[in-house]
Amino acid sequence: MSYIEPHAHMVSRTTDDYERLAIAGCEALCEPAFWAGFDRSSADGFYDYFRQLTEYEPKRAARYGIKHFCWLCINPKEADDPGFAREVMALIPEFIGRDNVLGIGEIGLNKNTRSELKIFEEHVQIALDYDLPVLIHTPHLEDKLKGTRLILDSLATFSKLDRSKVIIDHVEEHTVAHVLDAGYWAGMTLYPESKCTPNRAIDILEVYGSENIWMNSACDWGVSDPMAVPKCALEMKRRKHTPEMIRKVTYDNPAKFLSQSPRFKL
Amino acid sequence: MQFIDARARLIDLAAFLDRLERHEGADDIRLRYFREALPILQEHRPDRAKAVLEKFSDHTTELSETAPFQGASGAPIS
Repeated sequence: MSYIEPHAHMVSRTTDDYERLAIAGCEALCEPAFWAGFDRSSADGFYDYFRQLTEYEPKRAARYGIKHFCWLCINPKEADDPGFAREVMALIPEFIGRDNVLGIGEIGLNKNTRSELKIFEEHVQIALDYDLPVLIHTPHLEDKLKGTRLILDSLATFSKLDRSKVIIDHVEEHTVAHVLDAGYWAGMTLYPESKCTPNRAIDILEVYGSENIWMNSACDWGVSDPMAVPKCALEMKRRKHTPEMIRKVTYDNPAKFLSQSPRFKL
Repeated sequence: MQFIDARARLIDLAAFLDRLERHEGADDIRLRYFREALPILQEHRPDRAKAVLEKFSDHTTELSETAPFQGASGAPIS
């Protein structure tokens, strides 16, 4: 099957993973800017990271016939120091026009701090200024529900924000309705331990429907599985979902959302 | 139906509780949430997963001034 991996941190993965993704039918993947597993010591670290996302990874993916796109920002884990965060955000204009840059992301909250929220809102304004989509990270585990509520409250203050151009990622059973009911897209992350298992993600589709929702592996340097999306598609088949339904959530929906960026071309 | 998979997870959960009680030491504060979540499994409702997730969630509403640490512990600890 052909599918789109809408959220993968390939800078943390091996070239073998690109090969596995290609064999599984991955046609395109999108890499949001995020934490690298350690705090970078200067904005220069992010300059090199943005070069990696816009120059090196697209070439590595292309060797396996996969189109590589990315999102830019300073992630919420490193955004608690607003001075440092703004140094990194000042780099974004230099990269925002590059061929594979889709929008601003993954911004959001990590520990639900005042500084994280301020930097989140400044990122949203950048997206509005450039008229680009936004990809939002919601916090982990016990912080997710509170963080999701704070994010939704904050977004509601942006009167010019087109909610159909915003995806709020890492939803689970306790946050998905908040996101969809407010008119945003929702992303489900398939992780072996935290976030959703494939079966729970399919449960969410069965309960909340398949409109404005996608699934991703968010594979990175931690416990994660780059093959999570095709594995979930297989589980959907076992649970008697139609090929059209599987195609919708693994290909059509991500393509529909991502096509709101003028640079997303399959 | 995936009964065997769910059965295995339930036995793992039982073994986890046995393991905790076999060893000495102070209770991890997170276990309080864990024990409060267990009865939800026995309730007749269509949203047990949501209810368990809410049990493990921070329900405060105010912003923190600073991040005490970067990660998450699985249940509110402060």
